[in-house]
Amino acid sequence: MAKEIICAGFGGQGVLTAGMLLINAGMEQGKNVLFYPSYGSEMRGGTANCTVKVSDKLIASPVSKNPDILFTMNTPAVDKFEDRLKPGGLLLVNSSIVPDDREYRKDITVVKIPATDIAAEIQNPKGANLVMLGALAAHSDLFTVEYMEQAIVSFFEKKGKGKYNEKNVACYRRGVEGK
Amino acid sequence: MAKVLMKGNEALAEAALAAGCRFYSGYPITPQTEILEYLSWRMEEVGGEFIQAESELAGINMVLGASAAGARALTTSAGPGFSLKQEGISYLVAADLPAVIVDVMRIGTGLGDIAQGQGDYWQLTRGGGHGDYHTLVLAPASVQENADLMVEAFDLAEKYRHPVLIASDAAIGQMIEAVEIPEFKEHDIDKYDWSIKGCKKGCEQRKIQNVYYTHPDYENYLREKYEQMDREEQRYENILVEDAEIVLVAYGISSRVCRETVEVAREQGLKLGLIRPITLWPFPVKAFREAKSAKGFLTVEMNILGQMTDDVRLATQENYPVDHYGSIFEIPETDGIIEKAKEMLKKEGV
Repeated sequence: MAKEIICAGFGGQGVLTAGMLLINAGMEQGKNVLFYPSYGSEMRGGTANCTVKVSDKLIASPVSKNPDILFTMNTPAVDKFEDRLKPGGLLLVNSSIVPDDREYRKDITVVKIPATDIAAEIQNPKGANLVMLGALAAHSDLFTVEYMEQAIVSFFEKKGKGKYNEKNVACYRRGVEGK
Repeated sequence: MAKVLMKGNEALAEAALAAGCRFYSGYPITPQTEILEYLSWRMEEVGGEFIQAESELAGINMVLGASAAGARALTTSAGPGFSLKQEGISYLVAADLPAVIVDVMRIGTGLGDIAQGQGDYWQLTRGGGHGDYHTLVLAPASVQENADLMVEAFDLAEKYRHPVLIASDAAIGQMIEAVEIPEFKEHDIDKYDWSIKGCKKGCEQRKIQNVYYTHPDYENYLREKYEQMDREEQRYENILVEDAEIVLVAYGISSRVCRETVEVAREQGLKLGLIRPITLWPFPVKAFREAKSAKGFLTVEMNILGQMTDDVRLATQENYPVDHYGSIFEIPETDGIIEKAKEMLKKEGV
């Protein structure tokens, strides 16, 4: 198993945290993992992205030319990375922000999820990335839905944020449901 | 210790503490600033001294002072900041003082840019400052190796009473991988018979000064010091070198790609191998003895002039064609390296 994922969106949407949650889940399963942030003159509200790799083998380059999965939380993210997605790859789109009538490549699977709206509904606006992760777990064979949930909870607990936040789990589960 | 997720720069910093380093002074510059950021809070926790200096020069010279007093001392920089350290490194060498200096390489000459690069090879391996010297240079290729080689660097610095450089790069510095931090060990600041710590009445006076002025047989002393390093410290990793027709030579971030390239090429029937220098100086000449079927050597580096090809030509005594796959801004790519290797074989009429 070797998967390459690019997570992208506005700074502040939690795309880097999503990447960290993915490699933490991989590491706890004993897999090789790598996270590479885009860096430079970044700022809140600007674009942010990271490359994540999870593999049974040694990981070579920190960059991904043709990722298996794209985790996009805004329109510029789709604009920037859609062309690079592997044929047959998975494109996750935050449909709260990316217009519904947008056309996509025909040779990929597109999953639209209103992540920002769902997170707002649960009154956990910072949890939109977790909604997206729920969708990712449900539509890829990277991790099982149950394992990903448990890995998210343990990540936040390890970070010293105390007992897990019910609303985080609620966001994640709505992502798994896809609505 | 269990594995944790850490940025390359943070792993370097934590491993320095594990090695017993209790003095840091340096100045921020991308892409190595996380080292300062991390140590600014973490050094205090282990009872050490962290100083954000007013400049790189002050940083390296405070390291010289701490080292003269027997401490395990560290400074780090990148790009133009690393150039500013050169005078101090030359002085450390002259006074036979151990220290570890990290260069998290970024791209370009002059100001350059903050993206990853491997353009400091000549500066790192040829001395860098004024005078007649080399420093030991270690080149990690992963976050784990950042940690492991940091401990090694302090031990080597102590063994030779000599500065040791770590040649990291922006990619390894910025990326996060799972890492096991080496076990913490204590360093006794008073253990040396040469360090200066204040002289009470009647005790023997110690001096730290340029060895050149005091050593009775400076010439042979110097020669033997570097010969011993060359003899004992060459480190490398060879991957499928013995039957390889083209042997790739790469270190750091580029070597990770080359490892994959060897595998992909062999699936296509093209016999590539990889020599990965872990010490850039002394250059691992011994690694080349294993290349028994080689028709040529190809260095893969993130610079345009092929800085390491000089050393590969010396290591192979100019008996083989040596070429260079260079990239700038972009981390080398497997397809491009294979293409270049094929071109080389075609040129050799194989």
